Amino acid sequence: MAQYTRAGSARPQSGGWELAIWYLMRLTGLGLFVLALAHYIIVHFVYDPAMQNADWISARWANAAWRTADWLMLSFVVFHAFMGVRTVVQDYTKGTTRMVLTMLLYLGAFLIFAMGTIGLVTFPSAIPVKP
Amino acid sequence: MLFRYRGSEGMLAWAFHRISGVAIWAFILLHVFDIWLANVNAKLYDDLLTLYASAGGRVVESLLGAALLYHALNGLRIVIMDFWPSMTRYHKQLWYANWVLFAVIGLPILVQIMAPAFGLQPPFRLGG
Repeated sequence: MAQYTRAGSARPQSGGWELAIWYLMRLTGLGLFVLALAHYIIVHFVYDPAMQNADWISARWANAAWRTADWLMLSFVVFHAFMGVRTVVQDYTKGTTRMVLTMLLYLGAFLIFAMGTIGLVTFPSAIPVKP
Repeated sequence: MLFRYRGSEGMLAWAFHRISGVAIWAFILLHVFDIWLANVNAKLYDDLLTLYASAGGRVVESLLGAALLYHALNGLRIVIMDFWPSMTRYHKQLWYANWVLFAVIGLPILVQIMAPAFGLQPPFRLGG
């Protein structure tokens, strides 16, 4: 297999974490091709945003399969989006700036993943949820 | 950058991938926050959603959808070339195929999302 392609980032030669991340970017990307596009089509094409509210989410998440699929999408998207921005940061910065921004990205990824997971797991499935 | 450098399809594909990717990342921050908000304050979340359903909100959603669809299709193009290197010979053709798919998939979705902003019924009656 060729070592370089014209697209995306070149496959890391060093192996280890960077190579694992390179493969995971492609794997999560393929996963999101299905999950994220399906999600967008469901909430914007099949159902109009005008008919959606917290109750609507509640009804959807009464089914554990939707919660599981959405949590899988959350995991993929947090990895893919933050590692993607990490590539951008590493392309345009160096030294301390690069290190600080990369650490901020890891922290942000953790926070967003935690917020999303808490939201997904604790969201009440009973209707109605409004006070 | 896009016009100063004499790049052709390959560079534009890369630049659009990067721009759409960063835009989607920014939306993800907002979107995870709003779902978290739905948990904490359902009423506030419902108010936020009326903003999503407004005419301006629909324009932003369409732009988000365009970024998502481009990034997904071009991402597939990247994966194809990474794991099937002889396809890099046809990287321009693959990019044009992306745009054909982008238009064919994107236009019906655009019409469906924007119709209510013009006081029209969405053409496809699916979710009721």
